[in-house]
Amino acid sequence: MLAKRIIPCLDVKEGRVVKGINFLNLRDAGSPVEQAKAYAKEGADELVFLDITASFEARKTIIEVVRETCEEVFIPFTVGGGIKDLEDIRALLRAGADKVSINTSAVENPEFIKMASQEFGSQCIVVAIDAKLTEDCRWEVYAYGGRKPTGIDVLGWAEEVQALGGGEILLTSMDRDGTKQGYDLELTRRVSQRVNIPVIASGGAGNLEHLYQAFTQGLASAVLAASIFHYGEYSLREAKKYLKEKGIPVRIYPTPSESHRCKPADEGEKYPEG
Amino acid sequence: MEKVLGVIDYGLGNLRSVSKALEVLGVKVILSSDVRRLSEVRGLILPGVGAFKRGMENLEKLGLKDFLRQSLNRGIPFLGICLGFQLLFTESEEGGRVKGLEVLKGRVVRFSKGIKIPHMGWNQVEFKKDNNLFKEIPDKSFFYFVHSYYVEPEDKDIVISTTDYGGEFVSAINKDNLWAVQFHPEKSSELGLKLLKNFISIC
Repeated sequence: MLAKRIIPCLDVKEGRVVKGINFLNLRDAGSPVEQAKAYAKEGADELVFLDITASFEARKTIIEVVRETCEEVFIPFTVGGGIKDLEDIRALLRAGADKVSINTSAVENPEFIKMASQEFGSQCIVVAIDAKLTEDCRWEVYAYGGRKPTGIDVLGWAEEVQALGGGEILLTSMDRDGTKQGYDLELTRRVSQRVNIPVIASGGAGNLEHLYQAFTQGLASAVLAASIFHYGEYSLREAKKYLKEKGIPVRIYPTPSESHRCKPADEGEKYPEG
Repeated sequence: MEKVLGVIDYGLGNLRSVSKALEVLGVKVILSSDVRRLSEVRGLILPGVGAFKRGMENLEKLGLKDFLRQSLNRGIPFLGICLGFQLLFTESEEGGRVKGLEVLKGRVVRFSKGIKIPHMGWNQVEFKKDNNLFKEIPDKSFFYFVHSYYVEPEDKDIVISTTDYGGEFVSAINKDNLWAVQFHPEKSSELGLKLLKNFISIC
């Protein structure tokens, strides 16, 4: 059975993690590679690097992060933030990213989704949608990191994203983001039902029950979570265990019974990300 | 002696990940589209994500189509991954009807409606046969998938695993020295690396 995914998100600025987990045993907590390795070891299903580098000159730093991560982390990872053209995407994919997430550039020019998916394949084009509830109870698409309302309806936009070849939707509720009150389940459910591509719920996770709700009520294929894991309130392992006990299909590895069977025959050999 | 494996570069997919995973496992990798360089290796890997048609066009353009067929005839250990699995078959319905490498008989078809497409994420691989590729990997382990089409081989004897997504589909095959998997071992964490290690041992 296809497992529901848990995807930690790391904010990276000029090649350093500015919002990440407080893993106690990390030599360098600001290193994206170290953080990614630790998350992979904990059982993260994928990772997202959100590049929040402001200055244009420093934007190449994310490429170096991707190159290094690719050498040591063997789970899929997505890079988002500031992607403007096909060359940006090509550079990230060539460096070793599995997917890219585009937002503002897709809103400004929907054809960009089409060009990107035709060039690189739908599977690596994630379209991020920042949604905010309006006074007349619709959801409106915001661009420029949530600063600019666009007047575009979220449900219609989600449908268009799919039609243009987007492979996945990363759906963030701006109303819930940072509140720890739980995902916007109504929004997530409406978008999930509207499109036939996977939807990743984002914004608002405060406890493990919230993750559960995103899958059962929000019908999400995956959840993105940042602070719930970063600040050590819950570990990824705990989250997976909790979800499994409540009947959600999740990937748990290694289980105690499996771990000894999977050791390579020649003792002492180590895999890079544990 | 250090083994040398060839990863076929035909301009599609995340080739760097495959190469890096192999290097971590201690082999030397030749990532290339140069037939001469690829002729000197112990095993070949055809990776790839993306469109079938573009894949075939690129293989043809680079003169790799005949090389691949000849290598497979010679019996060099071969591993196809994702699109590199699908390309081995007769034809695909992706982008009309497009002819594949025709090394194996069968068709590549799209998942039916009513389920989310692409099939994206971690799913269980159910073994149908004991196979060296799966050595020391537990049955029903999770591997990472991302694809919208799957293979329907004519010869069911080559099927070594299936996976359930709105019904059972073939997730791995083996015939003589040819192996192919629909999932991405290079993105499937420890067990994926274990599978690649098993392939390296075969080479």
